[in-house]
Amino acid sequence: MSDLWEGIGQALWLLVTLDADLVEITLRSLRVTLTALVIACAIALPIGAFLAVRRFRARRFTIALLNALMGLPPVVVGLIVYVLLSRSGPFGVMGLIFTPTAMIIAQVVIIVPLISSIAHQALRELWSDYHDLLISLNTTQRQRMAALLWDGRRALLTAALAGFGRAIGEVGAIMIVGGNIDHHTRVLTTAIALETGKGDFAMALGLGFVLILLAIAVNLAIHIIGRTEQEGRW
Amino acid sequence: MRSLFPLTLTGATIRRKGKRLVGPIDLTLQDQGITIVIGPNGAGKTSLLRMMHGIARLSDGAINWGCDLDTAHAAQSFVFQQPILLRRSVRDNIAYPLRLRGIAKAMARAQADTAGTRVGLGPMLDRPATFLSGGERQKLAIARALITKPALLFLDEPCASLDGRATREIEEILRQAATSGTRLIMSTHDMGQARRLADDVLFLLKGHIHEHAPTPLFFDQPQTAEAAAFLNGDIVE
Repeated sequence: MSDLWEGIGQALWLLVTLDADLVEITLRSLRVTLTALVIACAIALPIGAFLAVRRFRARRFTIALLNALMGLPPVVVGLIVYVLLSRSGPFGVMGLIFTPTAMIIAQVVIIVPLISSIAHQALRELWSDYHDLLISLNTTQRQRMAALLWDGRRALLTAALAGFGRAIGEVGAIMIVGGNIDHHTRVLTTAIALETGKGDFAMALGLGFVLILLAIAVNLAIHIIGRTEQEGRW
Repeated sequence: MRSLFPLTLTGATIRRKGKRLVGPIDLTLQDQGITIVIGPNGAGKTSLLRMMHGIARLSDGAINWGCDLDTAHAAQSFVFQQPILLRRSVRDNIAYPLRLRGIAKAMARAQADTAGTRVGLGPMLDRPATFLSGGERQKLAIARALITKPALLFLDEPCASLDGRATREIEEILRQAATSGTRLIMSTHDMGQARRLADDVLFLLKGHIHEHAPTPLFFDQPQTAEAAAFLNGDIVE
């Protein structure tokens, strides 16, 4: 119990004094995860819309596959990305291993299936509402996807937030591909793992509270920007 | 541009899961006036309209227009029984068909304002479309359907579940559209409305055209016993 109180105390102290290491680690966490989120959304949202409007032979299989990939073990993703990016791997010449870029790549791989699957669920319903009208108006497939993505943007926010939540709290993959190098690839989750391993529970807990606060703050910020729960039902 | 008409249906049929919804229909429609489709529930009114509009796949037969198919599709609109509203403002809903045709946003919105005001939605243009009442929703759908200046407009029971005033206002909008040259094909359950609007009447029964006649003749001297019974308000099955 004393560890917990000490952790809270230390977390507050770190926050109040704006501890340089903490700020640096937090900003890196945010930068890596937000970059991964933007890239993943750019890939996953069109996939979700495409699966909603287009009927093709492998559609059911693709949806089942995406749903299965939602539970992709991050450690395995980390391992595969590591093998691909390591010096002896096929993309080794790019020198990306143990860089924030490698961490971003791993996080994108982890959250793309999650975001596209949730986006597809949300847009499928919207498509069944819009179907007759958009067919009647002779829309092209592109226009249909655009209409769904734009009019379903509130629902897609939820998909993006789920992706953010998974990426910011992820440790296995970025530990492997990033290497948890101080001042270079250390982020909140890997720092927590390190401090716990060293037995410095107070510091680990402090970092943990910062991580939770960060997740809540980002969620609130996106909700306020997106003005959900206002302006009617969408 | 060549005219859409004559519209010719030859043996056009729709079957779904082994059940015949409508057809075989043989019919030729010319480019003038308002055609009203009547008939009991399940007679195939909606299927007939959807089939002509091209949003329901034909199981059999053919539909031929006076011009090629793409031109024909681009020159017609459809108003559904349940208005389909985009999750946007009233203005953006009405402007949407123009935006699809690549018209710049400002211009499309300006035209939507004019069209919306004409159907009496002027004060609500900025509101989300889902805030509208039933009659207003239907007016929005009609304004949206008319904004591309279609040569042909299908309406599937546009006044079902609306009160008298809303019905009268919508009929007025439709009459104006017809006067300015839009061909209307519309289904209804309201015999009064059929009498008020129709230039000719299609009486549908069990998926077939039971009778097709110009207005005064159809209402005054129906040629078949079923049509006479239907006009009398008897239950025809």
